[in-house]
Amino acid sequence: MSKGAATRKYTVFPFGPQHPVLPEPIQLRFTVDEEKIVDVGVNVGYIHRGVERACELNDYQRNVYLCERVCGICNVMHALCYCMALEKLVDVEVPERAQYLRVIWAELNRLESHLLWLGLLADAMGFESLFMQFWRDREIVMDLQERTGGNRVIPSTCVVGGVRRDILKPLAERFREGMIELRRRVDKLAPVILKDPAFKRRTVGKGFLSYDDALMLGAVGPTGRGSGLVKDIRLEGYQAYKHLKFEPVVEKDGDVYARTLVRFYEVYQAIDLILEALKSMPEGEIRVKPEKWPEGEAVARVEQPRGELFYYVKGNGTNRLERVKIRTPTLANIPPLLAMLPGYEVADIPVIVLSIDPCIACTERITHVKKGGGN
Amino acid sequence: MVRMLPNILRNLFSKPATVKHPFVKREPFPGHRGTITFDMKKCDLCQDCERLCPPVAIKVDPEARTITYDPFKCIYCYLCVTNCLQRAIRGRPAYTPPAYQKEIVYYKPEE
Repeated sequence: MSKGAATRKYTVFPFGPQHPVLPEPIQLRFTVDEEKIVDVGVNVGYIHRGVERACELNDYQRNVYLCERVCGICNVMHALCYCMALEKLVDVEVPERAQYLRVIWAELNRLESHLLWLGLLADAMGFESLFMQFWRDREIVMDLQERTGGNRVIPSTCVVGGVRRDILKPLAERFREGMIELRRRVDKLAPVILKDPAFKRRTVGKGFLSYDDALMLGAVGPTGRGSGLVKDIRLEGYQAYKHLKFEPVVEKDGDVYARTLVRFYEVYQAIDLILEALKSMPEGEIRVKPEKWPEGEAVARVEQPRGELFYYVKGNGTNRLERVKIRTPTLANIPPLLAMLPGYEVADIPVIVLSIDPCIACTERITHVKKGGGN
Repeated sequence: MVRMLPNILRNLFSKPATVKHPFVKREPFPGHRGTITFDMKKCDLCQDCERLCPPVAIKVDPEARTITYDPFKCIYCYLCVTNCLQRAIRGRPAYTPPAYQKEIVYYKPEE
């Protein structure tokens, strides 16, 4: 506690960087008036890993495997976004079948992430049995990922110019069965999310973010969509999304419950998108080899489970890139989080912080070092 | 309570959702990217795998005719397996077993 705070009426206490609720290192400094939050400060930068610099040292095709490891949960999205940016530089048109396959794996990632998050939210409010049931059902997704991609968590399927693996007919049938089974299981858990009074008491009306605030502070993904912001990068129609029909899930209430509902309905949406993509996937090639080395600048955006993912790539005509810039959605969602917290009680902190689905390790791109050391 | 009773009874008498791991082995799916082995009889020491490997887990020494492979650095992307012209690198769908220390595998010409 600083000297000034001791003389004031308020108490300041830190949440993190190591806290049981959130296994990731973000520090939120709460100024509280008894049980009520008055002000929040944030401190990030504990696990800066230097991924962008490492991207400049590798050659550009091997970078895909590095970018995938920026985030363990949305690895396909990172690889996809990097590949999309690079495909603009090397002038490669990805075959249609590869575009569909990329969408299938990307939506599988979304399922994995949202089911994980729904479990974590239940865990944060002490609802252990719901947590276990969501994670049990998530195993269907993980198994499908291993069956089709070859690895349980990081399938490493995206490459510059297409994909490395194909989903053939018998496997596609398995895939379809798995998705139908998953929908049946999520249907069973739906009453808990939609009706359970204990669940609603912890979420309804908590962490309110108005439409104007969401727009002003640049909320992305389910955090913005929970406040009525119609903002979904998939609507731009990258890859095979232009051929698939879907409506972005938008809720207007702006509280934790609205954000939960957005993610919960997106589980169904992802299942529908996968089934539709499996049905309408055309035959043909899955990979084109790039002929030239990247030159110039390009930008790509992808809708991640948490929101908008952004890659900026600059090449100089050699096989190494000059600059790679990554912006993950959690960075955009931290200012809205700080606006959500004041006015609520200390007991609501875990639920509200989790409601933006923070992925801090992906966010760390800068480290702030003060001259002379010390904080 | 009445609504909960069937659920409680079902949970009491149903099987657990988890697998008893050390006693029951979980078989990997076909196409799983698992343990990598090198066949020194087929290898012509072209160093393609060394150049391709994203985490630099493979080192080929053409003069001493040896290959050094670090399974703990390996990310099992199988770039080396799919790109080996001599088909000297083999992948097997098996999970890497846990180990007490990080061991590096050396391949010598007589193997």
